[in-house]
Amino acid sequence: MAEVNLTGISKNYGDDVALADVTMTVPDGSFVVLLGPTGAGKTTTLRMVSGLDTPDAGEIKIGGRDMAGLTPAQRDVAMVFQQYSLYPHLTVRQNLEFPLKSPVLRTPLDEIKRKVGEVAEVLQISHKLDNKATALSGGEMQRVSIGRALVRNPSVYLMDEPLSSLDAKLRSDLRIELKNIQANSGATLLYVTHDQIEAMTMATHVGVLDHGRLVQFGTPREIYENPVSVYAASRLGQPRINVLPADVFAGAPATAKTIGLRPEHIVQGDGADSLVQRVEHLGDQTRLHLIYKDHALITVTDAHTTLKGGDIVKIRPQNPYYFDAAGARVG
Amino acid sequence: MAQIRIENVRKDFGTFNAVKSSTFTIEDGEFFMLLGPSGCGKTTTLRMMAGLELPSSGQIYIDGEEVGQKPASQRDIAFVFQMFALYPHLNVGKNISYPLISQGMPKAQVKKKVNEIAEILGITDILKRPVGGLSGGDRQRVALGRAIVRDPKAFFMDEPLGALDAEFREHMSEELRALHDRMNATTVYVTHDQLEAMQMGDKIVVMNHGSVEQFGVPQDIYDWPATKFVAEFIGSPPMNFLNFHGMVGNGETQVSFGDTCFDIPAQLDGRNGDLTFGVRPEHVRLDDTASYRGVVSATEYLGTTQIVTVDTANGAVKARVSSADTVRVGERTGLQFDARTITLFDAGTGRALRSQANQGVLAHG
Repeated sequence: MAEVNLTGISKNYGDDVALADVTMTVPDGSFVVLLGPTGAGKTTTLRMVSGLDTPDAGEIKIGGRDMAGLTPAQRDVAMVFQQYSLYPHLTVRQNLEFPLKSPVLRTPLDEIKRKVGEVAEVLQISHKLDNKATALSGGEMQRVSIGRALVRNPSVYLMDEPLSSLDAKLRSDLRIELKNIQANSGATLLYVTHDQIEAMTMATHVGVLDHGRLVQFGTPREIYENPVSVYAASRLGQPRINVLPADVFAGAPATAKTIGLRPEHIVQGDGADSLVQRVEHLGDQTRLHLIYKDHALITVTDAHTTLKGGDIVKIRPQNPYYFDAAGARVG
Repeated sequence: MAQIRIENVRKDFGTFNAVKSSTFTIEDGEFFMLLGPSGCGKTTTLRMMAGLELPSSGQIYIDGEEVGQKPASQRDIAFVFQMFALYPHLNVGKNISYPLISQGMPKAQVKKKVNEIAEILGITDILKRPVGGLSGGDRQRVALGRAIVRDPKAFFMDEPLGALDAEFREHMSEELRALHDRMNATTVYVTHDQLEAMQMGDKIVVMNHGSVEQFGVPQDIYDWPATKFVAEFIGSPPMNFLNFHGMVGNGETQVSFGDTCFDIPAQLDGRNGDLTFGVRPEHVRLDDTASYRGVVSATEYLGTTQIVTVDTANGAVKARVSSADTVRVGERTGLQFDARTITLFDAGTGRALRSQANQGVLAHG
């Protein structure tokens, strides 16, 4: 496994800036998740590292080796895409064996068998090994395409929303499995998603992208607890952080334009009046939709609260975040 | 607006039984969710209420009138499919006014009505625009407008937000719910997304394999599931199941397995055999002094909370605990369960055993 270094990577498609001066180190053995909405530059970054696309400027190194001019095959990366692509005329087993049977690798037969069995087990497809790839459901095909990357031992795994087409139960199982595989094997993994749950639960590091710029890089906890901007703060946390004009509460620093309140930053039962507009029982928690000085905000309360629409509840901020006019963190 | 009652409704397609005898009531003005996995019969049920399918047996009442065998056109309901079904050659205003014009409503009245609806939906400024160039959100608002404009007795929606990405979906679901709160129209909404159902619904019917598993308000269903299917389908992560072989008697407030005795709500259905002990992740506490023990196999950071998976002799248990707690994979830990929240299930039938805690909910479920 290997460290991946991106230095000053820029890419334009016509007039559209896809990546702007991205510098980032994916440490050896880390699970780095690139997070951002559609168009932030996540997939473009992945394509640069894979060699499917070339940067206009900047340098990419894998394991200290400059990748300029190298094809995807020469880079020793294994990729999993959002859209699975399997060999339709082969069985699941043959699809999984295929990368290992490459003449370059010369993997011994019993080693191939062991690897395929192991990966099939982890991905819960052992019972389908002898099915034709086309006789699988979408979720099963995606698992096979993840498996085809996992049987190999590349310098780095590159994955682009590999779980997005799976149902909720399988997604939550595979989140844990992928993280375990990565942690136990010491693999380096660069992973793209717009799902914050995947980013928070699996990543050792999260890179937050905004319009082609890397705006924050750190552990999920760092980004959740110490966001650099209102944008980064809005990426993680459900319900989303509330952003209100800074002067609706007392105590904002002079440079603050807005105040950012996560649910845990809102103390209930003390402070000023807000009106409960709607109460949403989600089971383990209850969301309160509040109106405070004509501003809507959402917070969380006890699952069995007796509050209902039309009630008054007092609130005050506790350790909130403040942001300046440009959205950068202040105070 | 209307009350809708479904009585013993059944639907067969050839030899395939899509919906088994279903009975439930949707009260006037309710936002009502039909929830279940694909193939559970929820869409078929909705289509029977709408008159797009006729039930093989049973009755459907809208405002007390039996409409089971009447065509859709005589039921005065509005069906919102995937919300993008608009007339592409007409502008926004004409798309919305179409149902009124085809009813023969006078022009001046149509105009007034369309303006009113546009106001409610916040699309007054785009009435003259062609629908082709609209954003996804505006297209959905137009499709909704076309449904609302007729003042139907009820709205039926089949996974209207299914195709949207997560962020936009959340926004639209809030908008839909707010719209419902302004108009108070009876709305029946089909979804396979449990969070969407919990978030938007006044009441939920959970269906599986053509049967109604449970029917009630979201919090009751979450707290006191009638079956293991409901306990697993609702909640993320789902309810934990600890399987054991044992006995529980009427009135008992304890059950034991794995050499440990657990407090439970007083039982009303004495049972011996394969049983399942059900506990939600937020009611599991990691406690080193507890005698029931396991090994931490995973931790998942979620901001304020984290999900800790603990492997025990009776299966994996997920606990939702504060992310301020330090928990390491591989360490042994004890587990405590909040006794007031426990549900026991018959492992064979999957049905919840009645206790003093859940009998009220199960009685009308």
